[in-house]
Order: sequence, then structure tokens, then C-alpha cells
Amino acid sequence: MSATNSFIEAAVRTGTPLALAALGETLVERAGIINISLEGTIIAGAFGAAVGASAGQATGGYALAVVAGVLVAALFAMFTVTLRTDQVITGTALTMLALGLTGALARSVFGAHGLALTIATTGPLRPVPEGWLVLGALLHQPWPTYAVYALAPALWWWLYRTHAGLALHAIGENPAAAEAAGIAVNRHRVGAILAGGVMGGLAGATLVLAQAGTFVENMSAGRGFMAIGIVVLGRWNPLGVAGAALLFGGATALQYLFQAAGLNVRYELVLMLPYLATLAALAGVAGRSRGPATLGRRL
Amino acid sequence: MSGARHVWLPTALALCLAGTIAAVLSSGNASPGFALAALARGAAGSWHAFTSGTLVRATPLLFTGLGVAVAFRAGVFNIGAEGQFLTGAAAAAAASAALSSHAGALTPWLAIVAGALAGAAWASVADALRRRFEVPEVISTILLNFVAIYLVGYLVRGPLQEPTHIYPQTRTLELLARLPRMSSGTRLHWGFPLGVAIAIALAFWLSRTASGFRLRLVGANPHAARVTGRVNVGRVTTLAFLASGALAGAGGAVEVNGVTFALYENISPGYGYTAIAVALLAGLDPRWVIATAVGFGALEAGASAMQRDAGVPSVIAGIVEASIILIAIAWSARSRGDASLERGT
Repeated sequence: MSATNSFIEAAVRTGTPLALAALGETLVERAGIINISLEGTIIAGAFGAAVGASAGQATGGYALAVVAGVLVAALFAMFTVTLRTDQVITGTALTMLALGLTGALARSVFGAHGLALTIATTGPLRPVPEGWLVLGALLHQPWPTYAVYALAPALWWWLYRTHAGLALHAIGENPAAAEAAGIAVNRHRVGAILAGGVMGGLAGATLVLAQAGTFVENMSAGRGFMAIGIVVLGRWNPLGVAGAALLFGGATALQYLFQAAGLNVRYELVLMLPYLATLAALAGVAGRSRGPATLGRRL
Repeated sequence: MSGARHVWLPTALALCLAGTIAAVLSSGNASPGFALAALARGAAGSWHAFTSGTLVRATPLLFTGLGVAVAFRAGVFNIGAEGQFLTGAAAAAAASAALSSHAGALTPWLAIVAGALAGAAWASVADALRRRFEVPEVISTILLNFVAIYLVGYLVRGPLQEPTHIYPQTRTLELLARLPRMSSGTRLHWGFPLGVAIAIALAFWLSRTASGFRLRLVGANPHAARVTGRVNVGRVTTLAFLASGALAGAGGAVEVNGVTFALYENISPGYGYTAIAVALLAGLDPRWVIATAVGFGALEAGASAMQRDAGVPSVIAGIVEASIILIAIAWSARSRGDASLERGT
């Protein structure tokens, strides 16, 4: 396979969990809520996937990942919607809690110094021959990538063309007016947060079941925070968000390209790239695109 | 109307978390009671444990906690104390190596200044992104934390690596470059009283000076500050952001010159994140930050002892810290009553 092809394939593969998490966060932010605990949702999903897969194959892994992700999201909803706490502080604390809990539980479930845990990964599908250049690279992916391909246009249609999607818009722009128009504001908010939990959990599952094949403490490595940046970059539009996430996969996959080209770049500097790219992209976009008017404001 | 809900939710949450913590405690190779005894001994079992364990561990939390408190007071969500701490530590290590042959006994204090400057510089990146490009500092500071982690990783394997190029760390600091100890037989260094003095100075600044008042005003209501107070909101938030970064950076320097005597990866077990719990629990009041920093220092020193003696993973400290933040904000939500009235603009 050519270097370009394997680069595109790696870019899409690493971009997939980012895209899943960012698409979920798009829904949450449309409702005017910023969920920093997305990072915690992803690590919870990754841990759930590892536990579920060691008990009941990959299907069990994906299922338990969704449960774990929704659990974190439900806590976030309970605090920010029911108790109306500050979203940033709540999200930061929940991320700390999820990182600590999964770290501690991983030691007691999988053993502290035991053998490295190996989990059977879901392999890529291969609907077209490898030789089909870009299309081959785009389609030679595990099924969560296909979920991204399907969800991005579906969510776009839902957000911009359905009554419920526009109601979510209205809540993010002006909750009082939405309330007056007869929209069940808090029910939509909680629904969006829980949907974000499903997607964040799936993102964590993808890390474990389609990529790493193991669980490592802190393996989410800031992807939740990157996903929040990606939502801004994609201008809160599911199609833009999915595109931006795949672009970010590219920034991470650059290391494979460097290796292939025989460039001697220090790996710490390469690992910095996705974070720097997020910052640079945010600087280019943030001021020029307007997010939901009440984003992040305490409810 | 919703009073009952506001009482039982935090209570139920506290019970759930207590159950989880009990489960983690019993996951070690000793009984939970023994584990808790090991925690207490490690935190305050002796004068030595208290000074060399708890207070030494409290020092970086004191500096980073003050940094977070100053930023949050001004309404700046600096979640980047971790990165500012790391860049401060890196600058202190570099400055100590460069200065120790010229500056003599002044070296550690100059290194702290270098650390503070580096921390402020790191914060200024997020501040500039916020001012010029409207990038929310919540996201930029977190992303910069990751950049700082890899930057330290690069430095200790590259330009700042010790001369034999075997270990991923800097050369151990010379005796002259180390912060003096407060008495022989303890690991406690003069960084702790420095932090206490800074806390008292900050409390005075915030409550008794015009610029401190402007900072609090901007944090309470930037719109009102701009309209009625004729306050330059941008300048005040920048000042708070840089001061916050400088405090966290000084904390990193104090850790290098007072405790570790070298820069290496994982030099911070998340001080910058614990700092958020330290600051929030103190109600963002610098004087109370002294108390909460010592409290969390005791928790972390005790948790280390518990891992050593009872095999309970020390990450439990992080779980407890996160739980404390959650219970604190749930509790203040309860006492806030009807929040919709004070939503502001």
C-alpha cells in the first residue's frame, strides 16, 4: 500500500473517536451547554469497553462502554441541569473523578502489575479491494468509522430539518423564549447530554476495541478536550465537525508519515502536534463563528 | 419548592462516593481500617510525617491553589495551572544550572523568579488567544497542559538532559541551588513559608487595594464593571491570568529547587488539577487556600503512605478530591436557592 494511502487510513482511524465524541458534544453545545466532562466520558467508555469485552466479546464491550459513558453524562446532567452548578467546574471535577476511578478500578479488575491486558479488536471491514486508492483507505475501517459516516449527515438533517433539532437550537439561543414557545427545555437539555454520553462512551470503546486492544490509565489523553475544540472548528455543524475531526486525525497520523519518509523528528514534538493544531485552528476560527448564544452559562 | 431535592441529591451523592471509596480501600492487601490508619500515620503520625510529608506536599498545592483562586476570582477559568507549573519547573531547572556558578546562594530565589516568569509566559499564550481570537481559555489552557507535558518530555531527553544521557531527567541541582531547609532533619524547605507569605499578601491585595477590588468586580460582573466602574476589563483579566500563571510557575520552581532537585517527566502528579479543588474549597479566599492546601497535602501524603503500607492505589486521593469538589458545588447550589434570579447577563 502506498504511503499516502496508509496515511489517509491512519488519519481516518485516529479521527474516528474524535469525531464520535465531537458529534455528541455538538448536540450538547447546541442546547447551550459545554460539557468538559467529555474527557471523563471517554475514559469511562474505554474502561467499560475493556471490562465488557473481556466478559462478553466486542459486543459486550461496546454495550458496557455506552452504559459507562451515559453514567458520567447523567451525573453531569444531574449537577448542571438539576442543581444548576457551574458547567466548567462540574465537568473538570467529573473528569478527575472518572480518570481516578477508572485508574483505581483497572488495578483491581485487571491487576496492578499483571500482564498487559489484551483484548480482541474489531477488525476493519473491507468492502472494496485495497487497490482502490482513497476510497479503499476511507472504507478499510472498523465499523465505528462507518457510524461516523452515517451519523454526520443524519445529525445534520436532524438538527436543521426536524422540529426537535430546531427546538434544541432555540434552547441554546434563548431558553426563556423556547420555554415560552412550549418546548420542554430541561428535558431536551438532559436528552442532549445523555446522547453526548452515548457518543463519548462509543468514542472510548473505539479507542480500546478498534485501536489499542488494551486499557491503559489516562488513555483518553485529552481527546475529550480536543473534541470540544473540534466542535468550535466545525462551527457546531455536524458535517463540519466530522470533517474537522478527520483533519485532526491527520495531524496525529503525521507521525506515521514522518516515519515513512525517514524524517528524524523527536516523538515528543510530534505528539504535541494535535494539541498545537487544535489551538491554531481555534485561533483561526473561534472569533469568526458564533456559537449558541447561551453556551456555558449557568442554567 | 425544590428544597428537598437540593438536600437529598448531594447527600445521596456523598453516600455513593463514600461507598466507592470504601470499595477501593478494601481492594488493597490489608483491611480498610489498617489502610486508613496508614493514611493517618502518613499524614500526621509524627512531627516528621507532618512537616516532611504533609507540608512538603502542601507547598506546590499552595502555589497552584493560589494561582487558580486569583484567576477564578477574576472570572478567568484558568484550568492550565498544571502546564504553568511544568513550564515554571523547567525554567527553574534551566536557570539553576545556568546561574549556580555566578549567583551563589541567591540561585534558588532567582530560579523561583524564572519559574514565575515562565508560568506567566505560558499563561500569556492562552490570554492572547482569548483576547485576540476569542478562544475560550478553558479549552486553550487544557490543551496547553498537554503541550507542556510533552515539552518537559522533550527537554529532559534533549537540551536539558543530564550529561551521561542515560536518564530522562536534568542533572541533579548543586547544593547551592537548592532551597534551604527550615531545620535539619526535615525535608521542609523555605518554599512553604514563602507560599504562606504570598497568600497573606494576596489576601491583602484582593481585599484592601483598588486593583484588587477591580479584579473582584470584574469577576463578579464584567458587564457592570465595564459600564459603571469604568474598569478596563481586558487589562484586569490579563493581569489576573498572568498573576495566576506566575503563581503556578513559581510553584513548579519551588518543587524543583526545594524537593526534587531535578526536572523529569511526571514531576507533577496533577498538582494543577488538585489546585482547583484546593481553591474552590477555600471559597477562592487566599487565606483559606493555606488551610485547604495543607488539608489536601495531608490527604496526598497519607495516600502515598497508604499505597506503600497497605497496597491501596494512591489515585484514591484524586477520587476523594474530585468528590470534594462535587459535594462542595452541590452544597453551594443547595444554599443558593433559586439561581434563576442571579443568572446575570
